[in-house]
Amino acid sequence: MLNVTGVSGGYGEQIVVKNISFHLQQQEILGILGPNGSGKTTLMKLISGLLPPQEGTISFKGLKLSDYSSKQLAKEIAVLPQLHSHAFDYTVRETVCMGRYPHQKGMFAPWTEQDEKAVIDAMEQTGVLQFEKHSIQDLSGGERQRVFLAQALAQEPKLLLLDEPTNHLDLSYQKQLLDLLKEWTTSHELTVISIFHDLNVASLYCDRLLLLHHGETVKLASPGAVLKKETVEQVYQARIHTQAHPELPKPQVTLLPKHGQSGDDFITKDLFHISSDHVHLTAPQPLKTLSSAVIGPGLGWHRHFVNRHVPMDYQCDDSYQDMCNYAGEWGWNPSDTVGMMTAVMVEDVVIKEFKTQELSIVIAVTAGVGNAVDVALAHEREHPSSIGTINIWLFVNGKLSDEAFIQAMMTVTEAKVKALQHADVKDPLTNTLATGTATDSVMVAATQSGNSVQYAGPITDLGKMIGKGVVLCTTEAIQQYSKRKKHL
Amino acid sequence: MLKRFIRTFSVSKIWVGYVLSALLLVFAFCLAITVGTVQVPLKEMLQIFGGTLFGTYEGIEPMFTTIVLYIRFPRVVLAALVGASLAVAGASFQGLLKNPLADPYTLGVSSGASVGAVMTIFLGLTLPGLGRFTLPTVSILAAILTLMIVLSFARYVDRAMKMETIILTGIIFSSFLGSTLSLMITLSGEDLRQIITWLLGSVSMRGWEYIHLIAPFFVIGSMLLMWNARELNAMAFGEERAHHLGVNVQLRKYIVLVSGSLLTGAAVAVSGTIGFVGLVVPHMVRTAWGADHRHVLPLSMINGASLLIVCDLIARTILSPTELPIGVITALIGAPVFGYILITQRKERRG
Repeated sequence: MLNVTGVSGGYGEQIVVKNISFHLQQQEILGILGPNGSGKTTLMKLISGLLPPQEGTISFKGLKLSDYSSKQLAKEIAVLPQLHSHAFDYTVRETVCMGRYPHQKGMFAPWTEQDEKAVIDAMEQTGVLQFEKHSIQDLSGGERQRVFLAQALAQEPKLLLLDEPTNHLDLSYQKQLLDLLKEWTTSHELTVISIFHDLNVASLYCDRLLLLHHGETVKLASPGAVLKKETVEQVYQARIHTQAHPELPKPQVTLLPKHGQSGDDFITKDLFHISSDHVHLTAPQPLKTLSSAVIGPGLGWHRHFVNRHVPMDYQCDDSYQDMCNYAGEWGWNPSDTVGMMTAVMVEDVVIKEFKTQELSIVIAVTAGVGNAVDVALAHEREHPSSIGTINIWLFVNGKLSDEAFIQAMMTVTEAKVKALQHADVKDPLTNTLATGTATDSVMVAATQSGNSVQYAGPITDLGKMIGKGVVLCTTEAIQQYSKRKKHL
Repeated sequence: MLKRFIRTFSVSKIWVGYVLSALLLVFAFCLAITVGTVQVPLKEMLQIFGGTLFGTYEGIEPMFTTIVLYIRFPRVVLAALVGASLAVAGASFQGLLKNPLADPYTLGVSSGASVGAVMTIFLGLTLPGLGRFTLPTVSILAAILTLMIVLSFARYVDRAMKMETIILTGIIFSSFLGSTLSLMITLSGEDLRQIITWLLGSVSMRGWEYIHLIAPFFVIGSMLLMWNARELNAMAFGEERAHHLGVNVQLRKYIVLVSGSLLTGAAVAVSGTIGFVGLVVPHMVRTAWGADHRHVLPLSMINGASLLIVCDLIARTILSPTELPIGVITALIGAPVFGYILITQRKERRG
């Protein structure tokens, strides 16, 4: 619907925006990104018809912008500016009603039902209907922003231009406003062009992004293609990391600040505290962890690590909450804690250190194989049976990449299977060699300081150490377990 | 809180504003006709007006008739027209410049117009084809010229055209033009005192002739402004915003500036420089009934008329038989209001 072809423009002699071209689809949300002074606002002024382009053409629905009269254009395109000035005490309603100006004809234009409906709808949608009779000077910045959005929506435009719409809004209104716009793109056939400072918000809500730098197009494509690490780092001159959004196929950008993770203390065997109740370690600095624990699972940063003993008949509806309470009682902040449970006597934990010249690791294993399972035949089982758990912790004094974390998990698991084979542990139901138990858990934690480790497969330096160490520790832990069983 | 209550109550009852303003105007009118060195009873006044309308003059003292019809009535009508012109011009300048301190006087437009008027009067100018309309025409042209110069100077100094910049520029030009006037008058060798009295503004002893001079400009100017009331509402949010709302900003801006200057120039031509009417009246109207220019403009007109009628009454009665220039009274009221607006604006921006 909007065609921008080879547009350059600026103020007087100064050309701010150079040779921009794009074609806007109906109901699309296009985000404009760029560092300060990259020409975002100037481009917006060109598109809204405020500045005539010095080169190139902008056409809307097949007609050049300059061919529209002011009123005609305002019926099609509405603008929500970044800053608002207002010298007088207009009420919210009066302000929103001004949005109907382009739809009214002549000096004594009657106020039609359609006008009234558009105004009420716009106020309702933006949540300012309750302030209808208040003066806009009495409103907060965020409320005012919504009033002006209502004014723009009352114009019933086909294209809405926004300059940092979420500037004065708190998180919940940011989300509400953007969700509302997204909804209007389908319900009102609205098309949106918006300037964003926040790359992540832009990535979430925009169909396409236009990245500007020094007034020129760096990239115009889907968020995934624009928010590439190299591109963003080059344009914004900042170290960043991109990762996937947890729910949507959109990239999210994280700043990597100059100051690194502080502290480069090593994790050693001596840091462990062992009691009949739990095995516990508090690291001198937060560690990056990947685990399947009860609390603190997934990828995260944690300082406290606990492997708690629970009785054989432990039954709890909300073991997560129970574990949080337990950590809290011991003075470990649950959000800082990785917590596992086991019915095994935790005093039997096997802890060993392994070293090469560059790297060192610590492995801690508690094993109970009363409920061993052969994963290949597990589908024949019908009921989960009694507790038996192998919990393995791996601490790495080094800097692991994401892939190294996953590979370390795999290597640990493979080594565990091998240890079970060595010990000739069998699935009691199928009488075949077991590969684990029903409720095993693994955690890999790394200090993220010192030497970088890109991969942790079985034949890498780290992988070799993990394989050897986990087999050793697990085998010993199973022996301990068997010994204790015999004594009983 | 109280203020908000008053606002919300009165916005929905805008007609109350019109009724009150109209009553005030009628009251001011009757007061100004009846009160003076010679008191004319209200009943006589009604009889005189009735008599003029229906041609019955029975039983009325001729002296009263002369005073009412030939002295006070034209004076009051002139005061009303001048007050209405200045107030509506002030209201529109304020809306256009988003600046509640703008008015013909603070912008220097009045001074510009008086330079034009003084030049015409004391040089005895008559432009061909205009006859006695030379005076308001020259005043108006001078007013427009001054406004253009003031605004372009302010824009040159400060692209953002901050409120204070415009006012400061207006005041600089005002005093410059004032000195130019004094110089012109001194060089022309006329009686300085008389001129200064004229400069401070007066509506006395002008007669119907002056009403004919201002009336057409008043009608044209105020109609043009009323036609642009909704555009003024939009422009009060800034020219850019107005553009986005679909206002043809360039065209409308010039219409408003020219109309405002038209009203100011004509008012100055017939009455000299009367300050602050355009500041005080729109401010009070906005405080009481909201900022919608569709109502601010007509209400300012009515109340501007009332205010100037009352000020003129005070000017001629308070030190009777000496008559004060009316501009003295309006400045005594207006300057404190100017200060008050400045303070509240500052506070709002800080808060």
